[in-house]
Amino acid sequence: MSAEANMTTTNTVTPNTINIDGQDIPFKNGQTIMDAALAAGVYIPHLCHKPGLTPHGSCKLCTVDIGSRSMSTSASDRRTQTKFSVDIDRRSVSACTTPAVAGQQISNDTPALNEVRKTITQMLFIEGNHLCPACEKTGNCTLQAVAYHLGMLDGHFPQFFPRREVDASHPTVMLDLDRCILCELCVRASREVDGKNVFAIAGRGINAHLIVNSPSGKLVDSDLETGDMAVHICPVGAILIKEHGYEVPIGRRTFDLHQVGEIGLEPVILAKARHTNE
Amino acid sequence: MSKIRIATTSLAGCFGCHMSFLDMDERLVALLEHVELNRSPLTDIKHCDPCDIGLVEGGLCNADNVHVLREFRANCKILIAVGACAINGGVPAMRNHFNLRECLEEAFLNGVGVDNPQIPNDIELPLLLDKVHPLHEVVHIDYYLPGCPPSADEFLSVLGDLLEGREPALPKNLLHYD
Repeated sequence: MSAEANMTTTNTVTPNTINIDGQDIPFKNGQTIMDAALAAGVYIPHLCHKPGLTPHGSCKLCTVDIGSRSMSTSASDRRTQTKFSVDIDRRSVSACTTPAVAGQQISNDTPALNEVRKTITQMLFIEGNHLCPACEKTGNCTLQAVAYHLGMLDGHFPQFFPRREVDASHPTVMLDLDRCILCELCVRASREVDGKNVFAIAGRGINAHLIVNSPSGKLVDSDLETGDMAVHICPVGAILIKEHGYEVPIGRRTFDLHQVGEIGLEPVILAKARHTNE
Repeated sequence: MSKIRIATTSLAGCFGCHMSFLDMDERLVALLEHVELNRSPLTDIKHCDPCDIGLVEGGLCNADNVHVLREFRANCKILIAVGACAINGGVPAMRNHFNLRECLEEAFLNGVGVDNPQIPNDIELPLLLDKVHPLHEVVHIDYYLPGCPPSADEFLSVLGDLLEGREPALPKNLLHYD
């Protein structure tokens, strides 16, 4: 095949497909890159995304590189006028919030992206108090599983050891802010699925923290109930159900038996959280 | 060929990592054909000679821990942080939520069942650090072996890699933090 013919082949864009790491993936209009990838069984690391909830784009673990996107650049585009040769179409985006557009050439599982994702994960670990051996969620924790996936061996940065409060006021639910990673899954689940608005994030930057919508600020005075999705959706050990600790022994938990990259695991994790005796 | 010389120590840890090291069981016999133990609780040698590999369990909670860690760094070509406490402070670091005086008062004055309440202050006791720290905040660490404790297979994997002159690469199926 001549070089010219080869170029023609690679430039042919099949309608409604994106390309992730060389694999053509179909998508429906309105789907994000994450939606299309998950539907096709391609894992993009993520913590703040859960299918069915409004994408949030805050954890940045699903950062992917888009090589060329369908957009025209005119000669007056200032980005083309630099004296350096730069690929102006190359950009990093959150897969969970970026709509899939036909012809996108996406890099996902690359050493460079996984190294950046590992650094993000290390920062999440050292900013909170994530002491896995002392946490009931160990083995069922998505943060931990993503860290395993990325081969994280240490925290790299100096530990913050922040002092955060435990809210044990609720009869059946415990809130340990030591482990909160501010993914807002509970915030969105409470608002969008439970219709309650129990949680919110207050403060900015390093002062951002999870708050409870009740007159006292305590969980006991909120309308949170054990059956709420917000109680079961926490990817880490920040929201725990009381009196159900260590029912599954360490070594036989979800991520002791599965990799986080196995697609279709989300319903398994949620079901397990709701029916711990299964 | 001379044997690879290894030193081990437990700082602010529980000796669980050392117990897990011994879980190699009969594989220790084969390992000891290539390895000799220098300073270690297993040999009771009190100070390091120049070593090839240092395995350090536990974080830093007192001045003696820092002193011992510096001796290991000065004498070991390759220093490995072993276990959760060495890597991020682990369970002992849970005292970092409180100030040191609160901890001492709770343990030695106000605790349940305390007889003759007094805070120990013998001159031979090493001074406690204000906070518990992981090893890499004080000296350079070459490799990390996570786990609480790391399994015998993890020890074998890393030591095997080093003995055969490879860069240690822990297989993902052995990686765990609990």
